[in-house]
Amino acid sequence: MEKGIWGFTILIVCSLASRTEGLGMDQNRQILGFRGNAGDALDDDPVGRLKVFVYELPSKYNVDLVKRDPRCLTHMFAAEIFMHRFLLSSPVRTLDSEEADWFYVPVYPTCDLTKDGLPLPFRSPRMMRSAIQLIASEWPHWNKTEGADHFFVVPHDFGACFHYQEETAVERGILPLLRRATLVQTFGQKNHVCLKEGSIVIPPYASPQRMHAHLLPPDIPRSIFIYFRGLLHDGMNDPEGCYYARGARASLWLNFKNNPIFDISTEHPSTYYEDMQRSIFCLCPLGWAPWSPRLVEAVVFGCIPVVIADDIVLPFADTIPWTDIAVFVAEKDIVRLDTILTSMPTEIILRKQRLLANPLIKLAVSFPQPSRPGDAFHQILNGLARKLPHGSSVYLQPGQKVLNWTAGSVEDTYPWEK
Amino acid sequence: MKQSLHHQNQASRRAGGVSAAGEVALRSPSALFWIVLHAVCCLVSLALGFRFSRVVFFLFFSSSSTSLFTSAPLLHTVTTTTTTNITTTTTTTTTTTRTLAFSFPPPPLPPAAENRTRSRVVVGRQGIRIRPWPHPDPAETMRAHSIIERVQREQRLPYGAAKTPRPLIVVTPTYVRTFQALHLTGLIHSLLLVPYPLTWIVVEAAAPAAEPLSGETTALLARSGLRYLHIPFPEPMPDCWPDRRLTEARMRLRALRMIREKRMDGVVVFADDSNVHSTELFEEAQKVNWIGAVSVGILADTEQPSSPIKAEKTNSPVPTQGPACNSSGDFIGWRTFNSLTSPEQIEWAGFLLNSRLVWREAKGKPEWARDLDAASKEGDEMENPLALLKDTSPVEPLGNCGKKVLLWWLRAEAGTGSKFPPGWIIEPPRGARQDD
Repeated sequence: MEKGIWGFTILIVCSLASRTEGLGMDQNRQILGFRGNAGDALDDDPVGRLKVFVYELPSKYNVDLVKRDPRCLTHMFAAEIFMHRFLLSSPVRTLDSEEADWFYVPVYPTCDLTKDGLPLPFRSPRMMRSAIQLIASEWPHWNKTEGADHFFVVPHDFGACFHYQEETAVERGILPLLRRATLVQTFGQKNHVCLKEGSIVIPPYASPQRMHAHLLPPDIPRSIFIYFRGLLHDGMNDPEGCYYARGARASLWLNFKNNPIFDISTEHPSTYYEDMQRSIFCLCPLGWAPWSPRLVEAVVFGCIPVVIADDIVLPFADTIPWTDIAVFVAEKDIVRLDTILTSMPTEIILRKQRLLANPLIKLAVSFPQPSRPGDAFHQILNGLARKLPHGSSVYLQPGQKVLNWTAGSVEDTYPWEK
Repeated sequence: MKQSLHHQNQASRRAGGVSAAGEVALRSPSALFWIVLHAVCCLVSLALGFRFSRVVFFLFFSSSSTSLFTSAPLLHTVTTTTTTNITTTTTTTTTTTRTLAFSFPPPPLPPAAENRTRSRVVVGRQGIRIRPWPHPDPAETMRAHSIIERVQREQRLPYGAAKTPRPLIVVTPTYVRTFQALHLTGLIHSLLLVPYPLTWIVVEAAAPAAEPLSGETTALLARSGLRYLHIPFPEPMPDCWPDRRLTEARMRLRALRMIREKRMDGVVVFADDSNVHSTELFEEAQKVNWIGAVSVGILADTEQPSSPIKAEKTNSPVPTQGPACNSSGDFIGWRTFNSLTSPEQIEWAGFLLNSRLVWREAKGKPEWARDLDAASKEGDEMENPLALLKDTSPVEPLGNCGKKVLLWWLRAEAGTGSKFPPGWIIEPPRGARQDD
């Protein structure tokens, strides 16, 4: 009898001990799992939770643009193209538009490149308008909701504001025709015109093959403390230096160019990816827009991202626990960046590195081809699935019109030719 | 992300009309006036130490300037030239701002269009923040380096590096000869690379009494920078190989006795001075429980009659000696290139011992361990550390079960009559010409 009681208490103690997951248990493993909802949502499976209908648009809206300029497949805005390809062969796709929960409009508005490879957004609004006119006239689904159950991928600098300069983008606002649709975009900043309620913020595209080609074995010692490569002063567009990055990058350079623990410069070394794998902190300051592929590269290479962009909304913020992984520094605190980073307790730095080593997170910010469960494509679908079932405001009465088709600048209403 | 796109939009970005000031190109007297104004502004900037914008002057003469003053607080500098007399409703605060801490811009322009952004981030022109002393703080640099060291230590963890590294005891028999400096220099450099606490026991066989070169080893050891123990061994090192092998074994036994006397703790590595060791050997040494065996590459020309290692026609072309495992990773025997008659011929270099095996009493010493005195037959003979075991089953195969060769065994010596300058310092013979 007494033995029975002993056995019972031991059982209780053991079960309690095993439930307290923590660093102690994981000391032999270098990868830390997550507690709570964040980690679980990373490997949610969207298949079976939603159905997506992909409109068949004429190829001038998508495929022809890529054929004309294949650089669209490798630049940081390539997510729109790969999302289309993924959806075409995904199990969530349905060919029956009546049973679809979400409708995807495959246009590539960012595939209009200059000779230097930068996307021009001037005709994108017209392309969007033309595509929406087409689907509104040929299928009944747009008019039923005026686009509230449609989603678009707009990975450009300021999303659906379709401009690269922030002031102009803010002035234009989100394209009026897209005001009810769900926008899947890379730009995210709190209380900003170009991020509307219900948008899904995604990571910018960084080629997974290229990143994997430069992977080093994980026992290469990390010997660089703080690393940054990129433009610090945009002499061409902002010679005075007070506009680019809100002065943050210039401030970085002027304060820390002599500091030996900072390895920052504007060079383009061929060992950029290898250097990131040898660094402990990788700076991700804002540029003309707050987001950059640097964040994705830092996460994939295990370098702790130091995000310097006030009010930024990071990709998949509801599933990836960015505060546990990254370090956030306010722009006004840039002058004290060295103090902030060197006074971080070592245990916290090690913990962040252990969390970053989790392959689920690395997968969640990348766009591998072919797609794998848990990657960015699936996280987008998870985000869409979480918005289901559609609320009552989504569906309109027959004949009810909410969108103003004549709002916005006059140039946007001109017809779009390829 | 942004490159050579908008030269034409340059002016439009600075929407406050600052650039418009330059564009208002009135003809001659006004042009002259502007030039004079520009010069005055330059002089004022020189005096004040930051760029004094013409905005202030422009606003005096512009009637449409009210919109610019609505939102942000104004920061003016004290101007020595004019009394501010603006026909707007704002007050101008004449506070001097020293610009060491911040480089203040002219007033930040409000976001264009209706104030839809409730964000506290302001779009438009910003200042570049520079702190008063933008130089590194040495204390912070030291902290950064200690963080780097801690991170690197953590990185080594999955690769077998123990949390608390065990000290190593390296046993080396040596004697003074031409190649000693060559071999010991290489060994010293290898040991300097080992990231674990190390004690080096050097047993020196006495030189033949003829040449007084006894300081050689001492000088080499003193310059090494390692922690060492220099034990003299009275017998001289014989020239012919089989005897040399026995003498070396006796020297190592002497070192093991010293370890027993001093109760030194750690893993014993037998590093002969002419062998070449890989740093991974010392990493594997951390994994030793009681006695470990690693694969040794034997680099000896086995066909020569005077060769240290005898072999018949090679049945396997790979000149290694080491442990062999079965598929489940258990030690099953030795794998050598020459068919051995007994395991006693395995080289000492391939064994790694836990120093407690040679202690008189040690907690946890297993029962298959024989005492050092009992193992060395006739008081001073031990073929190899296997004599310390009653049977060979507890040998731990290391280095990926013996598949990885972690050190190379080599005996390369100069001819017996070879001489070398003392300390390897060349003194010109007396009477030699100086200008040679």
